[in-house]
Amino acid sequence: MGKVTGFKEYARELPGKRPVEERVNDYNEFVGLFSDEKLNQQSARCMNCGVPFCHNGCPLGNIIPEFNDAVYKEKWEDAYRILSSTNNFPEFTGRICPAPCESACVLGINKPAVAIEEIEKHIIEIAYQKGLVIEKAPLIRTGKTVAVIGGGPAGMAAAAQLNKVGHTVTLFERDEKIGGLLRFGIPDFKLEKWVVERRVKLMEEAGIIIKTGVEVGKDILADELLKSFDAVVLAGGSTIPRNLNVPGRELKGVYFAMEFLKQNNKRVSGIPYSEEDILSTDKDVVVIGGGDTGSDCVGTSNRHKAKSITQFELMPVPPKDRTEAMPWPTYPMLLKTTTSHEEGCTRMWGVNTKEFLGDANGELRALKIVDVEWETDVFGRPVKFKEVEGSERELPAQRAYLAMGFLHPQKQGLLEQLGVELDERGNVKAKEGQYKTSVDKVFAAGDMRRGQSLVVWAISEGREAARRVDLFLMGTTALESKDAESMYAF
Amino acid sequence: MKQTGNDQQGLYRPEFEHDSCGVGFITNINGHKSHQTVSDALTILESMEHRGACGCDPETGDGAGILMQLPHEFLMEECIALDIHLAEPGYYGAGNFFFPKEITAKEACRSVIVNAAEKLGLPFLGFRKVPVNPSVVGPTALAVEPDVEQVFIGRPANLVSVEDFERKLYVLRRLITKSVADIVANGSDFYITSLSARVMGYKGQLTTYQLRQYYLDLQDTRLTSAFGMVHSRFSTNTFPSWKLAQPFRFMAHNGEINTLTGNLNWFYAGIRSYASSFFSAEELEIVLPVIDKNQSDSACLDNVVEVLVHTGRSLPHVMMMLVPEAWDGNEAMDPLKKAFYEFHATMMEPWDGPAALTFTDGKQIGALLDRNGLRPLRYATTSDNRVIVASEAGALPVDEKLITQKGRLQPGKMLLMDIVEGKIITDDEIKTKIASSQPYAEWLENYKIKIEELPEPRVAFTNLSKDAVHKYHQVFGYTREDIETIIKPMAVDGKEPIGSMGTDVPLAVLSDRPQHLSSYFKQFFAQVTNPPIDPIRERMVMSLATFIGSNGNLFDEDKMHCHCVALQQPVLTNTELEKLRSIDTGMFNAKTLQTYFKADGQAGSLQQGLERLCRYAEDAVNDGFEVIILSDRALDSQHAPIPSLLAVSAVHHHLIRKGYRGQVGLVVEAGDVWEVHHFACLLGFGATAINPYLALETIHALKEEGQLETSLEFKYLSKNYIKSVCDGLLKIFSKMGISTLQSYQGAQIFEILGISKAVVDKYFYGAVTRIEGLGLDEIAKETLFKHKNGFINKVPALLAEGGIYQWKRRGEAHLFNPQTVHLLQQATKTGDYSVYKNYARVINEQDEKKYTLRGLFDFAHHRESVPLEEVEPASAIMKRFATGAMSFGSISHEAHSTLAIAMNRIGGRSNTGEGGEDEMRYELLPNGDSMRSSIKQVASGRFGVTSYYLTNADELQIKMAQGAKPGEGGQLPGDKVDPWIAKVRHSTPGVGLISPPPHHDIYSIEDLAQLIFDLKNANRAARINVKLVSKAGVGTIAAGVAKAHADVILIAGYDGGTGASPISSIKHAGLPWELGLAEAHQTLVRNQLRSRVVLQTDGQLKTGRDIAIATLLGAEEWGVATAALVAGGCIMMRKCHLNTCPVGVATQDPELRKLFSGKPEHIVNLFNFLAEELREIMADLGFRTINEMVGKAQFLKVRENNLHWKTRTLDLSAVLYPVTNPNKAQTLYNSESQDHGMANIIDWQLVEHAKQALESKTPVFGSFNVKNTDRTIGTVLSNEVTKIYKAAGLPDNTINYKFVGSAGQSFGAFATKGLSFELEGEGNDYVGKGLSGARLAVYPSADSSLVPEDNIIIGNVALYGATSGELFVRGQAGERFAVRNSGATAVVEGVGDHGCEYMTGGRALILGKTGRNFAAGMSGGIAWIYDADGTFAENCNPEMVDLDPLTGEDEEQITALLRKHIQLTQSHLALFLLSNWNQESGKFIKVFPKEYKKVLQHAQFQPAN
Repeated sequence: MGKVTGFKEYARELPGKRPVEERVNDYNEFVGLFSDEKLNQQSARCMNCGVPFCHNGCPLGNIIPEFNDAVYKEKWEDAYRILSSTNNFPEFTGRICPAPCESACVLGINKPAVAIEEIEKHIIEIAYQKGLVIEKAPLIRTGKTVAVIGGGPAGMAAAAQLNKVGHTVTLFERDEKIGGLLRFGIPDFKLEKWVVERRVKLMEEAGIIIKTGVEVGKDILADELLKSFDAVVLAGGSTIPRNLNVPGRELKGVYFAMEFLKQNNKRVSGIPYSEEDILSTDKDVVVIGGGDTGSDCVGTSNRHKAKSITQFELMPVPPKDRTEAMPWPTYPMLLKTTTSHEEGCTRMWGVNTKEFLGDANGELRALKIVDVEWETDVFGRPVKFKEVEGSERELPAQRAYLAMGFLHPQKQGLLEQLGVELDERGNVKAKEGQYKTSVDKVFAAGDMRRGQSLVVWAISEGREAARRVDLFLMGTTALESKDAESMYAF
Repeated sequence: MKQTGNDQQGLYRPEFEHDSCGVGFITNINGHKSHQTVSDALTILESMEHRGACGCDPETGDGAGILMQLPHEFLMEECIALDIHLAEPGYYGAGNFFFPKEITAKEACRSVIVNAAEKLGLPFLGFRKVPVNPSVVGPTALAVEPDVEQVFIGRPANLVSVEDFERKLYVLRRLITKSVADIVANGSDFYITSLSARVMGYKGQLTTYQLRQYYLDLQDTRLTSAFGMVHSRFSTNTFPSWKLAQPFRFMAHNGEINTLTGNLNWFYAGIRSYASSFFSAEELEIVLPVIDKNQSDSACLDNVVEVLVHTGRSLPHVMMMLVPEAWDGNEAMDPLKKAFYEFHATMMEPWDGPAALTFTDGKQIGALLDRNGLRPLRYATTSDNRVIVASEAGALPVDEKLITQKGRLQPGKMLLMDIVEGKIITDDEIKTKIASSQPYAEWLENYKIKIEELPEPRVAFTNLSKDAVHKYHQVFGYTREDIETIIKPMAVDGKEPIGSMGTDVPLAVLSDRPQHLSSYFKQFFAQVTNPPIDPIRERMVMSLATFIGSNGNLFDEDKMHCHCVALQQPVLTNTELEKLRSIDTGMFNAKTLQTYFKADGQAGSLQQGLERLCRYAEDAVNDGFEVIILSDRALDSQHAPIPSLLAVSAVHHHLIRKGYRGQVGLVVEAGDVWEVHHFACLLGFGATAINPYLALETIHALKEEGQLETSLEFKYLSKNYIKSVCDGLLKIFSKMGISTLQSYQGAQIFEILGISKAVVDKYFYGAVTRIEGLGLDEIAKETLFKHKNGFINKVPALLAEGGIYQWKRRGEAHLFNPQTVHLLQQATKTGDYSVYKNYARVINEQDEKKYTLRGLFDFAHHRESVPLEEVEPASAIMKRFATGAMSFGSISHEAHSTLAIAMNRIGGRSNTGEGGEDEMRYELLPNGDSMRSSIKQVASGRFGVTSYYLTNADELQIKMAQGAKPGEGGQLPGDKVDPWIAKVRHSTPGVGLISPPPHHDIYSIEDLAQLIFDLKNANRAARINVKLVSKAGVGTIAAGVAKAHADVILIAGYDGGTGASPISSIKHAGLPWELGLAEAHQTLVRNQLRSRVVLQTDGQLKTGRDIAIATLLGAEEWGVATAALVAGGCIMMRKCHLNTCPVGVATQDPELRKLFSGKPEHIVNLFNFLAEELREIMADLGFRTINEMVGKAQFLKVRENNLHWKTRTLDLSAVLYPVTNPNKAQTLYNSESQDHGMANIIDWQLVEHAKQALESKTPVFGSFNVKNTDRTIGTVLSNEVTKIYKAAGLPDNTINYKFVGSAGQSFGAFATKGLSFELEGEGNDYVGKGLSGARLAVYPSADSSLVPEDNIIIGNVALYGATSGELFVRGQAGERFAVRNSGATAVVEGVGDHGCEYMTGGRALILGKTGRNFAAGMSGGIAWIYDADGTFAENCNPEMVDLDPLTGEDEEQITALLRKHIQLTQSHLALFLLSNWNQESGKFIKVFPKEYKKVLQHAQFQPAN
């Protein structure tokens, strides 16, 4: 442990952010870096707990106490080695992860948690700076070929891991570039795209074959895929968004969040697109859905200079602090004010959209909304709602973005052709920890298997699935798992 | 020889038995024979009845006996009637023989005797039936009573001397014994008490009083002797055994040989080299292997004494060899004597352990104490030429006028009487004479090889490359944790790392992480039957010196014995190893052997590797090499290293079997040795020296990579590392009470857990393994798992995490992990039983992963289930719960009192721990809650143990050991002793406190009995609980403890939590409670002692299922500590030792304490849940009450799905062995109370006499005669005073009593304020123990003509743990005067070794000489020494104290004390000093602890408060 009494001496601090008025004028990241001294102090807050709950809270099993210690001691090489032993892409999670590790941090019982995510970001950025991040093509190839379908974080992680142990990996991506939601979902102001490009370049240097603009299931059919590769990893994500099937849904001006965000990311990166522009400029914008995607719509709309921005959430206002129903160290559903919220928006809770109202041109004019009342269980958790009588009203809006999450992967195409069994939610059926689908030599990882989730889970699934694939191909594996690998397995 | 009923059943093993005792003798120096002497000897024996014991049957003793001169006149007369004609003394031999009662067997034995005598050419003269009175003997002993007959053998004319004849008789005895064992069926009761022309012994399984009554010969006044040597035995068993009684043929022993296995092995190891001019080859064949199997440690020692005497050494010489003084590092020792000891060390290691030995060959009689003086021996000489020696003073009443000297035997010293020459020979005289019998120093000078003087090696050592280091790390199984947590601190700080909160990882055999072989080896530790040692404060008795090479012929004395390499310590640097590898003195060479096996994963590969290695080793010895180096450096992808421990032990035992081991040194060059435990295992199983090349290389690599926060160069880092290994080794030895490396080597002080008996019998012969486990192929598999890691391309290249000391996802599994901690806290906070059940399920269902032995168990149903409502209610069950002993100091006041309140609410018991208790907690809180801990712990530090504290208890717990660090003491650094803690512990804020490893009043089982008696006197309403830690043999210890009258016996698991402990101790010492509890229960039932005691267990009990299993294995009460803390908010930080607990549990930091969030309700919820879950199991199994469930092991079975390749090798049937009740009247749970023997104690008179004082504080006066059997005088009286007047006691001089005579042990123990006692005569051990305010004065009898200050008047360990009061002693005290005194004032006229040890407060004025090691560990208080001859400084341990001149204030205090001393004891010495104060005051030295001085000086500058 860096400093035994660090947690008593230093308070949690985060790096400064560019002021709102400045940052809404561009798409650049706005979170700064710690000074050396601050970084040292923040890492000193780690208590190197006997039971590091953070390490358990992290879906990747990041060995947080060890890297905090290395940061405190300025052992950058060690810090990087420890971090990269569990996480292929800390530069992503260090920026956009909701940090379940911090929710589990023991210091969080009675003090603000250790700034783990920021420390993670610093480690990887310092590692890049110092030239520690080197990916080399493996010396010996196994002669086995693996197709990874989907260039999102799960597919990238799986590809990186499989390549590391010498398999010849082809990563298929139907979009122009790989990265998935990292590339086309998350706005640049949260994750600048050079960060993704930098990683992609390394992966290419390491010998991963990346094929973009190829939609497997359409451009390459399943049979051919199975014939050409010794194993297949399905990592296509959960791409079918949840719709709001109310009257007026067809109106112009009502979009899925992902339509809006993807186009904007292409625009910022100068990637041509063929659809009509979706802009919030000078519009009254309503974002339906209170999650991170909704926030991204808010932030992007602010940068578009929207006239007004309102964000809806069906659920009631969450509590500010942990309740008995969400005790430490669980990940609590608390009222979260994101950086996008800081930039300005009206937030409404317990609101249901009854109808989209259009004008004569078929363009969105307003939303018909109603307040809802929630019934709660003994722990105060909302379970059932009913409309508040007489609260129905109209809210003027010319743009509505539906950010209500994703339902399941796209079945049409590859999944249908493969005939993989799906689970009751429509995801590819494969047991966590095994990742094997009902079809021989086909594995599934990430949102495609798990359903929509966090980037950190996608990376974790990609890694773990890769390990299983390696075991499948070789009968043994040198790839690490996040959990203890039993000696009995051998 | 097998003993009746002693066969191995369940977990019990006969070899676990211990005994201890009282010893003594009386001799007429001039050799004048009389019956009075015999009778007096028997009186001495009878006065030590309380040092012996009896078992379930009060009429059956553990054994008593007498050894005397052959009573020629008596025998001659008796034999005339039998028509046996005895010649002159010296011309015939005789002895008492035990014969089997069964007539065929008896006749067979008789003919063996006759034939054997004939075969050896010795005339057989006849048998005499020894008349006995069996009516006095208890039924248990009577059931196996032998026929005792005397056998007479004539001396043939060709034997010219008595010595030669004695030798022949010895051969005859060996031949008879062997022949009976070989050819007589049912001959196991046959035994030869003695067979000699000079001495004769009478003994049996008798109480001290029965001996005289049983043997009619002993009552016959014609039976005369010039001496009588007696022994009274206190054994941990009660199995009938007549032959285990002492004395043996040459000696009697009070104590314990800790290193017996090693001593025996080393003895056998040299057998090929043994030859003696005194014996023909045939005779030697008969004599060997010299030591009989299946006998006690003392009997083995006697066998060796005997053979060494018969091969030509004198008896005192032999005793010096076997039980040497602490010579290594003793600069003050006469070089001649030191050379003697060093020379003999090259051929024999000490038989180490606490020992008071008495010995005789019929011409000389003497006594000897071990190097540490851990058993008492007092002696008196008289003007009528008698010398009386006994464990206690006053054992034989003697007219004081006749006494010419009163003394005590000092550590390592010998007292010898030559009754032929008629003189007393002093220690100095005899040792100087023996030490000059050969030019030992010259031999050493010329032939000893010093490693530092060896030439540079022929081959240079090269460092491993960085990649190779990593590869080797993988192959040998290093983890990141090993490097970070163990190796780094050892190299940087030179210290062994500290951890907290116990261990909850699986046992090695249950783990699915690859294990180090030594993780299957659990260190033994001393507990009750022998004391651990403090290796830091008592470093002077410890030694790491060792010799590499041949031991030579033990039966001979030759200069070449010492032609071997002398080492100061056993860890070799790379250079030293290379020097050794290249050694060539012209007659001394080394051979390196590679320890590998084929890494093909085939069955038998490892065995082949071992066989090859053993073959090569044998060849190497035959080829004349003196050193074998076992090296695993040359590993490759196809060949894996044999675990070094296995390699060494295999070679060691192979060579022992061949009788070659003594001819070579075994040096280990191994990669798999990095933590102290690894070194200890290697040494314990035969390694002579070790080169940990990879650990050293690791440090080198860390340094090169800049991984160490230090500027130290590698040279110093490796020095630090070796130093911490050495310190750690000393700690491990001392845990077992072993002082020297030489004794530890090969002593196999481990229990093996999880290795098959087949492997152990072949490669670790003689070590204990009780639950089977891995075979060689499984060991190979585990080794290959690691080996493979080193030879595959692992990416990324991080070593494994380890995760033993900290939970890690990829590391070792922990029962308390994020999930279980969360669930338990959630359940207890919300009171939601369903959440608790989730928690319990995670812990209980050890399907995939095994953590604990109980995880392998399943319930077996033998009854109809009963409805839950019919099971006794949770409220009743909860009364059986206790929380663990955690001191205020280790945990916060908030956490401590919350636990207490919760336990008081449910009627359970919380425990003070060893830190005392604030008196304010004795008063109820406004809401009716009580913060008072029911259980008051009495630990070795005795912090805050006052009469008031003891009186305020429902239970008094004597902590013999604690699970996390059995055999070790503790230390609370000064910065943690805040004013509150200091107040509660009766110490000074800012001054550090040390808990000694042993209780200084418990060095043996009879001492424990004494402390139990003391505590019972201090509070007879309280149960006395003795806390033991699970280990092999804990059952026999428990039986002994039950016989010592404990009411409750707690068997703690090794895994319990603690504030701070060396991490190697947490992990490697002690056993799971399942084993210890089952063994204790089984043994107690077998001994019919079970129903007398409550059996309790603790150690990571986490669920109702755990408790159900504990109950079925024999526990009717249970302790839960860690889980209770977790319910109170502990999140297993394992930072207790750093004072930084972030949840306010284990910290004294006021800011952090505020963060404590635990509530009594949470803890109550936990216990309620545990009880409810237990009830569900009870209902399911068909038990309505706990009592009917206790000890029903048949309701447990081994899980059926136990299929893993490691765990399926286990055989747990011994744990689940259902003991049957040998006696219908006995229950399997506690149902009767102990007889504490308090009915007739003197204190009832004292209390009666003090009625007015108790009622109205009216002063009372009284006078009482006492003898040594009047023990613990004044303690009940103090209890009565305290009950009424609380801590304040009575006004000064309210109860004024005078005692005349020899007071028994513990005179004035815990005596409180208002008592003023005078003792005219003498005291024994523990005078003023725990003194709580009383005034005691001891002075010699008015009739005595001795010079008081030149003679001893009180025994050892006076004022132990005293907190206040005064003691004035006119005369000298024994060893460890005022040990752990924290507030009493004492004046004494001389003290023995270790005076004022660990003292933290009070004043000691010593008007005479001190022994060695004065003020060791003394952190507070002041001692003034009258250093008349200026020798004090060399006897003082200067580590913690300054020696200052007196200040004016000191002078005032001293003169005041002198005046009081004169007034109370009429001391002439004090009078002299006062009268000559101006000239004598300059000879006083003030012993001022440095820390204390600093605090006092600091306080002077603080404004008065």
